[in-house]
Amino acid sequence: MSSVLEIPITSVLPLQRAVLRAQGVPNGSATPRMENLANRAIVLLGELARPLGEMLSCSREEFSGIYAGEGNNEAVTPIDAIYPRAEQLSLFAVTLGEPVSERISRLFDAGDFAMGAMLDAAASEAADQAAQYLESHLVKLLRSSRKLAPSSGVLRFSPGYCGWHISGQKKLFTALEPGEIGICLTDSFLMTPLKSVSGVIIVGHKSIFEFDDTFPFCVECKTHSCRERMNEIME
Amino acid sequence: MDTLQQLSAHLQAGEVEQARAQTQAAINSGIDPKIILDQGLIAGMLVIGQRFKAHEIFLPDVLMAAKAMYAGMDLLKPLFLKEGMPSIGKAVIGTVQGDLHDIGKNLVGIMLKGAGIDVIDLGKDVPPEKFIDTAEKEGARVIGMSALLTTTMPVMKKVIELARQRGIYDRTKFVVGGAPLSLEYAREIGAHAYCFDSVSAVDCVRGFLTAR
Repeated sequence: MSSVLEIPITSVLPLQRAVLRAQGVPNGSATPRMENLANRAIVLLGELARPLGEMLSCSREEFSGIYAGEGNNEAVTPIDAIYPRAEQLSLFAVTLGEPVSERISRLFDAGDFAMGAMLDAAASEAADQAAQYLESHLVKLLRSSRKLAPSSGVLRFSPGYCGWHISGQKKLFTALEPGEIGICLTDSFLMTPLKSVSGVIIVGHKSIFEFDDTFPFCVECKTHSCRERMNEIME
Repeated sequence: MDTLQQLSAHLQAGEVEQARAQTQAAINSGIDPKIILDQGLIAGMLVIGQRFKAHEIFLPDVLMAAKAMYAGMDLLKPLFLKEGMPSIGKAVIGTVQGDLHDIGKNLVGIMLKGAGIDVIDLGKDVPPEKFIDTAEKEGARVIGMSALLTTTMPVMKKVIELARQRGIYDRTKFVVGGAPLSLEYAREIGAHAYCFDSVSAVDCVRGFLTAR
């Protein structure tokens, strides 16, 4: 049975510099006007977002079927090597809710392009923070039940990244049923509301998470955020 | 600084009310609306585009300037009632069928209008036939398609194939964009260009529409 969590909005509101960076503004380059715009977008996000999360523990065998998805994954992926050595696997989904996406559209329709884009950037950062909140929540639960060793690491993966084809959402959704928190999946495997994240949180010995970003699909990755997240685990 | 230079300066600074007031002042002083558009508003947005490419300014600056431009254009539109706003050509844009991401497409639309291009924005989740039907009906020589999912990228190929079947491929330029796309993919499906941001899209589409 999955667990549904109300995520405190204060836990997901992004920092101003993160929102500006997402808009391509390097640190230290923002004008006071831009900073003010980012701050207003963050306040508006705080008023509109109702972050919810859902988690469901699953076995390695269950995840094997979910991960195989529709058979469209890349031939070799880091997840192939990681999940068989995992100690814990938890499917997850988070959403900020539809009002955020609706407001972004209305701002663009009204010609308030800068605010619309800033709110969109803030919401994307917040969705990621919501996923991070679930990850931290799982860590707290495991620590409190002494199921997390000092040598353990935690990392999450989402369909659409790292060779896990986006159509993997289908089996993930069948197992997790995030309709409970208002997330739907379209025929093209797009989540609505748009500001939603889904995937798996993997817990295991730190060593299982080591991989190089030299897979063929890594060339197309625009963030290589796996590097930073891996460094955090290894520290 | 003359009236139009001041207008361009206010636009570049993203000063909406000042740009609106300066546009009105230019109209009141009898300057031809087309000249106000070309030498005040579009000229200002072209500078914005150049400064963005040079990394002197960033996306929020561009969008604040665009808002100021639209404020000026709203005053000019009624003055072009008979023939409509002058433009260098028409472009049909949309997010392809199955995809609901539209921020990037919206930014491209904003910038294309700012460059004096007549944009017909079909929105999101647009079926292939709608791109082609609209381009034929409007006489648009450019079709711009956006996709943010690997599962929706193939729809772009369907649009281009439909264009070939309907005999309009040779007189239409296809421009594609979106995070999972690449120049290689664009070439593979028969698109004429891949644009990685809204400013490069303006350069590309302007080039297509002004080429002889």
